[in-house]
Amino acid sequence: MTAALETVALCKTFGGVTATDRVSLVLAPGARHALIGPNGAGKTTLVNLLSGVLPPTAGRVLLDGEDVTDLPVERRVRRGLGRTFQINQLFGAMTPLETLGLAVAERAGIGGDLWHPAGRDEEAVAEIVDLAARFRLTEALEARTSTLPYGRQRLLEIAVAFAGRPRVLLLDEPAAGVPEHERDELLDAVATLPRDVAVLLIEHDMDVVFRFAERISVLVNGAIYAEGAPDEIARDPRVRAAYLGDGESDG
Amino acid sequence: MRVAAAFAARHRWRRAEIAFWVFAFVAWAVLSRQAPIGNEIAILALFALSLDLILGYAGIVSLGHAAFFGAGAYAAGLFAKHLSGDPLLGLAVAAGVATVLDFATSFLVLRGSDLTRLMVTLGVALVLGEIANKATTITGGADGLQGVVIAPLFGLFAFDLTGRTAFAYSLVVLLVLFVVARRIVNSPFGASLRAIRDNPLRAAAVGIPVRRRLVAIYTIAATYAGVAGALLAQTTQFVSLDALAFDRSADVLLMLVIGGPGWLYGGIAGALVFKIAQDVFSGLTPQYWHFWLGLVLVVLVLTGRERLHERIARLVRGRRGAVPVPPGGDAVRADRV
Repeated sequence: MTAALETVALCKTFGGVTATDRVSLVLAPGARHALIGPNGAGKTTLVNLLSGVLPPTAGRVLLDGEDVTDLPVERRVRRGLGRTFQINQLFGAMTPLETLGLAVAERAGIGGDLWHPAGRDEEAVAEIVDLAARFRLTEALEARTSTLPYGRQRLLEIAVAFAGRPRVLLLDEPAAGVPEHERDELLDAVATLPRDVAVLLIEHDMDVVFRFAERISVLVNGAIYAEGAPDEIARDPRVRAAYLGDGESDG
Repeated sequence: MRVAAAFAARHRWRRAEIAFWVFAFVAWAVLSRQAPIGNEIAILALFALSLDLILGYAGIVSLGHAAFFGAGAYAAGLFAKHLSGDPLLGLAVAAGVATVLDFATSFLVLRGSDLTRLMVTLGVALVLGEIANKATTITGGADGLQGVVIAPLFGLFAFDLTGRTAFAYSLVVLLVLFVVARRIVNSPFGASLRAIRDNPLRAAAVGIPVRRRLVAIYTIAATYAGVAGALLAQTTQFVSLDALAFDRSADVLLMLVIGGPGWLYGGIAGALVFKIAQDVFSGLTPQYWHFWLGLVLVVLVLTGRERLHERIARLVRGRRGAVPVPPGGDAVRADRV
């Protein structure tokens, strides 16, 4: 079976610093894969390489078996590679309605329509309503995004990525900074993502990882350090060592 | 349905907007002696509207917007002089020339940061200005392009010295292009522009082809500027080098700042205030009108153009619906200016 997402010896160096070191990663269709690692292990750099924000120094990225290494961000999105951002990158002055409208319009191929008013396409509007319901944003649709509770903003973040109908979804620390009482709702939304979407979860919080992942890769110093099922990873003494900080520094 | 209604509320014409346009045409009917200045205001308003499309909606800064204004002016002037005096045909040709010129330069302008864009737009305008200055056999150089004769509109309305035909002509063109611009900014395309303006990286992650959209709006805006230039050439039946001058690019930026970018009426309001202020101040102290203009600008920008603009915007929007129209990036945009 063709992997949903695959990297082949992906490398990224900044000046003399190696941020990503020959990473070869395979995500099966519908995978629930977590990528963990200490601070500064290069998790976010890897997400940026996968999504096309950064060009790799060497190596390839394959989406459904097709080489997308040289494609810009938006072309990868159209081919079914969605991502969320760790730090809030939402359009603060817009409403969730407008934000979801953008993503739905691009996915439906009407984003370049400069004549008809936005929201005229009934299918697109219905899709926005569905998305809002799935991600519990119905009540928040018409508020300014920057005024929403943080947990709602994180849900919108996932909803926007999901609106592109991805086959692969990269979630960069979706629950980071979300207060306790909003957390369950968010993790629920992650847990109930459809099974035909392959999910790569980048996470710090081990609770979240072990609740969600069926497979875990450990990134240390930019390289894949260990990979396996959650119980294997939990038992791996090398992983424990890396997390306890032996010879590992932040940065 | 609630969501569909929220979208529809966005592009409905407000009563204040309709009143504004009625007022503009009443002004044409009543103020026959002020027709020449009315004509000039309409032309500058169109020019500022053009800048608003790229600066207010897409966040592209430009210090050389006169390049397209001047290109349209010379194209219309030369077309009338050598080929045909038909005004509408000339307008179309001028729009075409500005569009082609823009498409050619958009690839230079749209790479790089705001500073790069400022310099490249400025540079392109300076180059064109110098070409027009040197190519005296074609443009007349510093003497200006003489011998432009425009035929009566539809063969009926002559562009006479009262300037009433000219004012009506410019006003109608402004209204038509305004309505088109209004559709554009309320379309999915317009929404994607605002997304790009607020956060290009995020816009790309939503699936928006950032560069293509920017080239598109930049080209549309240039067409608008070209038409504005053509209107000036046709209604004054003369083209001079100052159609391409740096002052013109700077003035249009001032007008947009006065009126506030990002709501389409900012350019019109700015042109109105700018031109009337110029008229009043230069009447008071002919030599020092720029002094007064500068003073007003500094006071306006420092003490509360934002607040003033908000208040007017609220007025124009009528009673605010559940969804605030997004002039939210105001602070950001003011920074860019």
